[in-house]
Amino acid sequence: MRLALRGVSLDIAAGECVALVGHNGSGKTTLLKIAAQLTKPSRGTIAFYRKENSVPLEEVKNSVGMVGHHTLLYEEMTAEENLTFFAKLFGLAEPIERARQALQPVGLAGRATDLVRTFSRGMRQRLSIARALIASPGLLLFDEAGTGLDPEGQQWLGATIRRLHDSGCTILMSTHGRNETQSAVTRAIRLDGGKITQDSGAGGNPSEVLVMAAVRDSGEGDES
Amino acid sequence: MTLARATGVILAKELRTEFRSRELLGTTIVFVLIVIVLFSFTFNPTSTESRRFGPGLLWLAFLFAGSLMLQSSFLREQTNDTLAALRLAPIDPFSILAGKMTANFLFLLLVEVILLPVFAVLYNVAILPVLPQLLLVLSLGTIGLAATGTVFSAVSAQARLRELLLPLLLLPVLAPVLIASTEATIGVLRAPSELSPVWLVFLTCFDVVFLTAAWMVGEYLLEE
Repeated sequence: MRLALRGVSLDIAAGECVALVGHNGSGKTTLLKIAAQLTKPSRGTIAFYRKENSVPLEEVKNSVGMVGHHTLLYEEMTAEENLTFFAKLFGLAEPIERARQALQPVGLAGRATDLVRTFSRGMRQRLSIARALIASPGLLLFDEAGTGLDPEGQQWLGATIRRLHDSGCTILMSTHGRNETQSAVTRAIRLDGGKITQDSGAGGNPSEVLVMAAVRDSGEGDES
Repeated sequence: MTLARATGVILAKELRTEFRSRELLGTTIVFVLIVIVLFSFTFNPTSTESRRFGPGLLWLAFLFAGSLMLQSSFLREQTNDTLAALRLAPIDPFSILAGKMTANFLFLLLVEVILLPVFAVLYNVAILPVLPQLLLVLSLGTIGLAATGTVFSAVSAQARLRELLLPLLLLPVLAPVLIASTEATIGVLRAPSELSPVWLVFLTCFDVVFLTAAWMVGEYLLEE
């Protein structure tokens, strides 16, 4: 059996903005899925609030939001219906009002009643962020959320991640190359073949790891 | 959030998306109509023959309808990885299955109720005097069909050759439902009408066993 992650031991403090970099297949998405409780590790454990296995799963899920490469949205529903649906699933009071409020900061209040299938990639990604934020989670996971976005969209995403980080959210994101979304990063970790090969550390300088990763990525691009 | 409430939220979403597009219901109704009409062309039944062979053909048509309709139950969630969004919510995983099972049950029952008059006309069978008994048999058989089909739809959605896999898994498992429902329907349509408690108990047991099994393994079925 091929393992996606091997010997990964990681401690992320509240308020950090961590970038995971590495080639395709290096284990970034698997690590994020394990953090989101979408995948169970074949071995090892994950602890939230430093309390291994003692935090109820419901509480963990209430404090985690995820934005993936896929939008995780229903195309046959409107923007407001999507957010209302997820607000209901999270058991939030006044879900419709909550959904309307969530559309404001992502600039989609004017498109609330439009079907998601009529949205551009950038608009979908904004709505996806609104969905992830609907229950005000403390930990946000971004899995190559900037993929497919134009430079303007990447800039918006970078500013949003910065704003969320400034408001106290802990952020763990996987990213490729050097882009706008990395502007808030306080720590960078490089994964290679499922192992951590570089970690700038909590107080370290993430730029070195990010630049190295970007150079390697562009080198690979040139070769291919 | 309670299991019933989460099930209700997911059921409402399923009904909203289907009645908005009407793709699945429309296609299935047309498909089963064609099957029933083609069956009627293959032999010119007398009233007695219809009472003997008609129920079997009717349930076979419903089985085909089920395998066609249930295919997309979890396939839809693959488009934007919305199943991950559902699994991120702090709800009992069985509520995802239960919401879809209930929606599929209602869709299939609707198809069956629409097709019953067509069957009665083409096969020269009087259904009005025995309608309550017939609806009871239809409901019990359809619960088994929807419960089993939804579970196997979840299993096959993540597999390769999923379009082939679902009927291959589903049809053999549903053989007991087909036999029991057909026998019970033959009894109801017989003159004088007789609702066999044996087949009703058999169908009820199948439904209870499969629903319990789905509740027990629901979490694992939805894992990647």
